[in-house]
Amino acid sequence: MNFFTEPLTLLTFFPLLGVLLLLFIPGGQKNALRWTALAVSLITFVISLWVFFLSGLYDASNPDLQLVARHPWIQVAGWNIEYHLAADGLSILLILLTTLLTPISILSTWTAVEERVKEFMVFFLLLETGMLGVFVAQDLFLFYIFWEFTLVPMYFLIGIWGGPRRIYAALKFFLYTMAGSILMLLAILWLGIQGGTFSVPQLIEQGGIPANIQWWLFIAFAAAFAIKVPMWPLHSWLPDAHVEAPTAGSVILAGVLLKLGTYGFVRFNIPLFPEATLKAAPWIALLATIGIIYGAAVSYAQTDIKKLVAYSSVSHLGFVMLGLFALNPEGLAGAILQMINHGISTGALFLLVGMIYEQTHTREFKVYGGLWKLMPVFGTLYLIVSLSSMGLPGLNGFVGEFTILLGAWGAGQSGVFYWGGVWFAAISALGVIMAAIYILYMFQKMFMGPQGEVVDEVKKHGHSLRDLNWREIAVIAPLILLIFWIGLYPAPFFDLMAPSVNKLAETFSAAALALR
Amino acid sequence: MTTEALIWLIPLPPALAFFLIVLFTNKNKALSHTIGVGAAILSWIASMIVFARALGVEHLGEHPFKSAVNWLPTGAEWFRVGVLIDPLSAAVLFFVSITIFMIFLYSVGYHNYGQPAGDHDHAGLPPHGATVTEHGHTHVVPSVEPMYSRFFAFLGLFAFGMYVLVISDNLLTLFVGWEIMGLCSYLLIGFWYGKKSARDAAVKAFMTTRVGDVFMLLGISFLYSATGTLSFREIFTEKVLHVLQTVPSGVFGLSAAGLIGLLLFIGTVGKSAQWPLHVWLPDAMEGPTPVSAMIHAATMVSAGVYMVIRMFPLLSLDAGTMTVIAFIGTFTAIFAASIAVAQNDIKRVLAYSTISQLGFMIAALGIGAYVAAAFHLVTHAFFKALLFLGSGSVIHGMEHGVLHTGNHHVDAQDMFNMGGLRKKMPITFWTFLIGGFALSGFPLITAGFWSKDEILADAFGHGHMAVFITLAIAAFMTAFYTMRQITLTFLGEPRTEEAKHAHETPWTMTTPLVVLSFFAVTYGWLGIPEHFPGLGGILPNWFHDFVGHTLEHVPEAPAFSWVPLLTSLFVALGGLFFGWFYYRNVKSAQEDVFQIGVLKNKWYFDEVYDFLFIKPAYWFSETFVSKWMDKTVIDGILHSFGIATQWTGEKIRRWFDLAVVNKFGDMVGYGTKDIGKGMTPIQTGRIQQYMLAAVFAFLLVSLILYYFLTAA
Repeated sequence: MNFFTEPLTLLTFFPLLGVLLLLFIPGGQKNALRWTALAVSLITFVISLWVFFLSGLYDASNPDLQLVARHPWIQVAGWNIEYHLAADGLSILLILLTTLLTPISILSTWTAVEERVKEFMVFFLLLETGMLGVFVAQDLFLFYIFWEFTLVPMYFLIGIWGGPRRIYAALKFFLYTMAGSILMLLAILWLGIQGGTFSVPQLIEQGGIPANIQWWLFIAFAAAFAIKVPMWPLHSWLPDAHVEAPTAGSVILAGVLLKLGTYGFVRFNIPLFPEATLKAAPWIALLATIGIIYGAAVSYAQTDIKKLVAYSSVSHLGFVMLGLFALNPEGLAGAILQMINHGISTGALFLLVGMIYEQTHTREFKVYGGLWKLMPVFGTLYLIVSLSSMGLPGLNGFVGEFTILLGAWGAGQSGVFYWGGVWFAAISALGVIMAAIYILYMFQKMFMGPQGEVVDEVKKHGHSLRDLNWREIAVIAPLILLIFWIGLYPAPFFDLMAPSVNKLAETFSAAALALR
Repeated sequence: MTTEALIWLIPLPPALAFFLIVLFTNKNKALSHTIGVGAAILSWIASMIVFARALGVEHLGEHPFKSAVNWLPTGAEWFRVGVLIDPLSAAVLFFVSITIFMIFLYSVGYHNYGQPAGDHDHAGLPPHGATVTEHGHTHVVPSVEPMYSRFFAFLGLFAFGMYVLVISDNLLTLFVGWEIMGLCSYLLIGFWYGKKSARDAAVKAFMTTRVGDVFMLLGISFLYSATGTLSFREIFTEKVLHVLQTVPSGVFGLSAAGLIGLLLFIGTVGKSAQWPLHVWLPDAMEGPTPVSAMIHAATMVSAGVYMVIRMFPLLSLDAGTMTVIAFIGTFTAIFAASIAVAQNDIKRVLAYSTISQLGFMIAALGIGAYVAAAFHLVTHAFFKALLFLGSGSVIHGMEHGVLHTGNHHVDAQDMFNMGGLRKKMPITFWTFLIGGFALSGFPLITAGFWSKDEILADAFGHGHMAVFITLAIAAFMTAFYTMRQITLTFLGEPRTEEAKHAHETPWTMTTPLVVLSFFAVTYGWLGIPEHFPGLGGILPNWFHDFVGHTLEHVPEAPAFSWVPLLTSLFVALGGLFFGWFYYRNVKSAQEDVFQIGVLKNKWYFDEVYDFLFIKPAYWFSETFVSKWMDKTVIDGILHSFGIATQWTGEKIRRWFDLAVVNKFGDMVGYGTKDIGKGMTPIQTGRIQQYMLAAVFAFLLVSLILYYFLTAA
């Protein structure tokens, strides 16, 4: 295998190289371990930029899968499993998000992770390979391996470096997602054996799956993805996992791992089972809308910052699902951009929460208060990220939510939501109001008003709250930059995905027409 | 530079100022305000140049300045955003740039620039004054605002939002500016975040307007999916409008135009504080300064009216929508005026008066009086800005008195603590008088007369008698409470020691007052109807000609009639007279017959909303969804699943594992035992363990089944 003719192979497995390096560094040399991991993840990021932009190998105006690496792999008993990687507009942004968030997360652990640094970094880089693999795998079986593979490092990240109830949370996370995957595995096997190939593009091209079977396969795949997203009512693992996970784990969990679910829908469910997708659209929209309102309502009732953010993810990802199943270019593009936005905003929010947690060791925001005065930089950044998360125009969240609303309204009019119509768009818009309530509530409790007791608590231990240092600002700065960039001029991001999204919407509307 | 390029540049200086101040100069007060005021001047100059060039274009309505760029791809098409200066936006740009410039200048004085830092001042609380020793005397002087720089940063961001809104050629960027201003009003109302009332008011303002915004956003989505564009000039073509009028919306039997119009209008109801979403504006007066009060009361709220004027060609397609608009506007006009009569806080009176005047504009638009609505929008912006800044000057002067006496229990905003200020603060008094007379519609001289008269004339001329009579009564009340305010504040003798020691404010504060009072008078002369007895025709009715040409079909001015003119004269002069006549003798709030509970308590809207919406919403969130659904139902199902698995596992263990497996091999038994031991520290581990076993078993069996089934 030549790495340079197969850039995606290089990209996906480069973090593993870092793992090898780390294994040679003694566990006591924490800084060496940190710098190595950071360097490897940064190089991975550079590679991803090189692969997609600088090398000229990837043509963003081409809607098809590119950078194909394809070799026969397991071929026994009529099974035709291949090593098959490729990327297109549906995955490129998610790949870049992964390679960006990993070094940021590693940098955020500099002082937060002091124990077993070596293992931590190893798991982190393993996780990166797993996530990248999910986004580039075009063979169902290979995809499944990467998919399950991401569970393991995350399980340990939560289970070893997590909070007091970490073991419970880790197990819950692991089992919940495992349980969902089983059905998908059965569906994958059915598809691979019936279709004679596990190659996704090939299966899509072949088509011809009877409608009633499509329906069952759709449900099987959806079970796995819906838990991962998580869609209401399968969300209850998420708050536990987030609360117990270490900061970097939360960032990756919210930033990338949840997107594996939504990505699964757009990469597999929608193109593979178009007729079932059409049938399911209003039902998914219903669950998504419930999730939007439900997540927002529960968020408001939380007093733990991380829990609040976790539940707000349920709400935000409801928007993503609503956009995806609007099945028109606006909805799909908005949903994909919103995946990125959520990764950026929620990732940044978790990073900031981690920074204050390192100083105060509490996440109960009721004990906070008046922080803006003590930590002006922190307060301002927190405000920007919060506003981005609640979809303020001019920042990234709005562009995604607005495009999704356009799509959802369009789907209500065009009949994709053959029942419910425009009401899904109308009701989900309520979530926008509710987001403002819980976000402002949190911001106000933490940053405004009289000084909270936590300030004295910290003083008792002989410290005083300090504002962010340069490392912490460096951690958050790229995300802030993206928040503004996407909010003010999103065109370059849409450009990257537009051809593939349009193609998907087109093939889909063709399938939808055939059904009618 | 081309005019188009210049238009693009207008919003930039304040935005840059925001970032410069926040990132670099926030420690340096002088530099921060220099950057802020400098940016405001740059934008103002650019706006004036654009305005002057717009005047020079013949048929600006048909050939406006416009330019657009690709912003967001939607399918195969691009969503383009850009700038547009047509007569309407040129007229609005004119007053917006002047008022914003004045606000920046005024803030320098209002926040006590040049004064020493306070003795006990904290960020997040208003300055309390500083003790200085001069010539052996110790006395308390006003102290500089601790977050001085931050204020200019927020103000810059606000100006950016307003400019974006005005120069937008499409609804989307208009909405962006709209929301940025919403954010700024949140930040500025909550500027003194140490005060609970300010925090609550900030949230209330943001949430209430956001309710409207969400409907507006839905309207925008619908408009886009119906027409494929959000650009004003593309929507306002015969073809597109015809489609909108004929296509049914599928909701409540409305046409697309009807539904879109209503949804957009709800946005305005929130932003321009119309009934029933008016509740946030009076509370916004908790905001630290009359400056911020002014920006949301005189400038930002204009945005809502500007939007409906902008969307008039679409709104006017549906008669039902227009009726709703006319009703809301008319009702708000009289409803808010009735509350204003009973308020004692100088800023609150102005707040309700703003709501009421915005109602006039909305009502005018609802009856199709396009030009009159725009005209009143501009004149109102001038005189209401003047009044708010004037009230700020009064409060500032009173605070001076409070510092002098040291009695901090005296409310510097309560008009019953004032009186006789005309002698102490002459510039403030005369400019306030001009503003107040303009608001009351004092005949012939003031701008308010001409614009209000035009609304009444339109209502009468087009036969909307209910609107005409209601607005006339509201106008009477307006003149009455305005004169009440002037009398209580400036006339008579000082009622308190503090009022005696009030002090005229520095030039940075009085200059804006003078500039604005100039426009509060002269701007009205640009819109004198052609057939007005005596004066008509001396000056051309420039405003009507200019702004009217924004529309494809220039609206006809109504024929002249004596009835509305005499009505205007009567209500303005009558209201002013009675206001003066009654209140010149009122010494304290107890003597005031208009302190009626229902008016004082704003018709109990806050209480009703609390009962109908706020409390149920909290219950829904905290009790229903969080406690019952999430913790009880969803977790309950999970737990019962866990218990069932555990039960099954227990049975398997007893009947299969122990009975069968153990007998066959100790290995397995010990293995299980070890796993069990390993898991004992985990509280709920056992459930999970069995679940895992079940899952793997299921997987294995399925795999085998599949293999055999498909192989065969």
